[in-house]
Amino acid sequence: MVPQNLYSPSPSDTLIRVEHLTVGFDPEIVLQDISFDVQRGEVLVILGGSGCGKSTLLKNMIGLYQPMQGRILIDGDDIVTAQGLARKAILRKIGVLFQSGALFGSMSLRENVRLALEEFTNLPRDAADLIVSMKLYQVGLHGYGSKMPAELSGGMQKRAAIARAMVMDPQILFLDEPSAGLDPITAGDLDELILSLSQNLAMTFVIVTHELPSVFAVADRVIMLDKQLKKIVATGNPWELRQNTDHPLVYQFFHRNEGISHKKRRTPVNPLPL
Amino acid sequence: MADKDKQPATVGSKTESDGCLILTYSGRLDCLTTGAVWRKTSYLLHRQPKRLVVDAAEVSYCDGSGIALFFSLRLRGLRNQFPVEIRNLRPELVSLLERFQADTFDLRPPAPPPQTNIPTEVGHWAWHVWQDVFEHIAFIGELASWMLKTLIRPVGLRWNDFFLMVERTGANAIGIIALLGFLFGLILAFSGAISMQKFGVEVYVADLTAIALIRVLGPFLTAIIMAGRTGSSYAAELGTMKINNEIDALATMGLDPVRFLVLPRVLATTLVTPLLAVLANLSGLVGAAVVFLWMGFPLVTFTTHVQRVITVQILASGLVKAVVFGLLVGAVGCLRGLQTELGPSAVGISTTRAVVSGIVLIVVTEGIFSVIYYCLGI
Repeated sequence: MVPQNLYSPSPSDTLIRVEHLTVGFDPEIVLQDISFDVQRGEVLVILGGSGCGKSTLLKNMIGLYQPMQGRILIDGDDIVTAQGLARKAILRKIGVLFQSGALFGSMSLRENVRLALEEFTNLPRDAADLIVSMKLYQVGLHGYGSKMPAELSGGMQKRAAIARAMVMDPQILFLDEPSAGLDPITAGDLDELILSLSQNLAMTFVIVTHELPSVFAVADRVIMLDKQLKKIVATGNPWELRQNTDHPLVYQFFHRNEGISHKKRRTPVNPLPL
Repeated sequence: MADKDKQPATVGSKTESDGCLILTYSGRLDCLTTGAVWRKTSYLLHRQPKRLVVDAAEVSYCDGSGIALFFSLRLRGLRNQFPVEIRNLRPELVSLLERFQADTFDLRPPAPPPQTNIPTEVGHWAWHVWQDVFEHIAFIGELASWMLKTLIRPVGLRWNDFFLMVERTGANAIGIIALLGFLFGLILAFSGAISMQKFGVEVYVADLTAIALIRVLGPFLTAIIMAGRTGSSYAAELGTMKINNEIDALATMGLDPVRFLVLPRVLATTLVTPLLAVLANLSGLVGAAVVFLWMGFPLVTFTTHVQRVITVQILASGLVKAVVFGLLVGAVGCLRGLQTELGPSAVGISTTRAVVSGIVLIVVTEGIFSVIYYCLGI
């Protein structure tokens, strides 16, 4: 379901189109002949077991890797074949959060987040400063702007990287494991932020994650990849998939804790007498 | 998308008789278009209004930059104590704006770093030097202790790592050492020959080159190459391991990083450096021989002169230095690697420190050896 937003997109308002894509590391094929669309304002989550090619697919979609076959259209332009200015124009439409955060270690958080504003806009310095403060505030890092990445925990680095990815409010945000390393409260705040940006700014999200609570909180649609088949084995709303799937992998993924009996409660051990 | 979504952002102003300023925004307020509007807004507000009304009815699109613009107006009103009213903003944008509370939003710049003075700086510097010296002493002690233990119980050494290091630092360096040694001998002989020709004693180029190479320059050149090639690689390798917590993992497994990582490396460079020095000497002599032949002397004259001046004592004096240089280069490379701190430039800093420290130690040691050999009459 695409939420109502400024654009009021029609159901056919496709922003990303992946056509007959084959990706891998020559000669090894990771995913073969997959196709799917992402609508404007939609939150699409890519699911699958470890090593099934989620991050590889994401890196192909943002133009870091060259696919072996197929096309990836971002707002109608093929990122696979685009060169020079055309490629830069496509890249302006996207923001990326890498799994490791990938903050520039020689810059403070504020400088990291402000970099794109300095390079690509004509905003006055006080405006850029305020936008950076607001972005850091949104990810719960207000007051940490002068810190260097190495001075922060992994979760805080991840949040700063999210602020950097969304500082230009791109049309599409690609997030690779955004909740990994975050505490449940911060992860919940991040889910809320994703929903808010999606609903209010019609921002489109493509998210790779394993966190089921986040999937159910934010995803309009999920696609599930299978390592053995190298294909998409299921696609749809996560709640519906959870209820109605007959695919064993999908069932296992969404019901992973149900087969495990509760552990026998341990008897507390008495402390040794001093 | 509607056409008005593509309209550039504009701001109009109107001042009411009661001193109320009305700012009317229209068009697309995104990060590419907001800059100009922001500047104009700042200009329009250079005289403080009694009341500010912002009309956003004609705003077709607004992203974080536009929201920041409206929020900055609220902040300005709060700071300068005039009421700000934002009208006709779309509900979805209101919810974005309401995420930020002007009264609790702290825009104070970060506290400046504490002021320092020269005595404080000198104190810090002296403290760092003392810490560095202390770490050197502790490291040398630990390394010496492990070397002694290995001598008593050689099974304790990780021999596979040791042979791997011998291959990486020795066998893989043969080409560069041979090439540079050859060129060094060639240049040395050539430079000497030009000066000695004036006195008609160019035949002694062979003696000069042989003594200079075998006693000083062969081991010295080898050690400098080892510092740049091997010392830096040790520092980078151990530094990366430290950043990836691999050294912490070793420590928590009860394995001593010095025995596990440092000892094979240091022993490998200690073994390999004199062997490479011999190679550098031989290559240098070949280079010198080429110049000698070029000057028209037979090869046998060259070999006779070399055999006459090179004694076992001179050969041994050069090799002993090479052993010490190897020990120093390996140890300082590993120490700098283990001292690596956090951050992306940390490994680069460690590598630089390893090379610089290595070269400084080599030169200082060379000076010490010169004095010792002079006193011993070698």
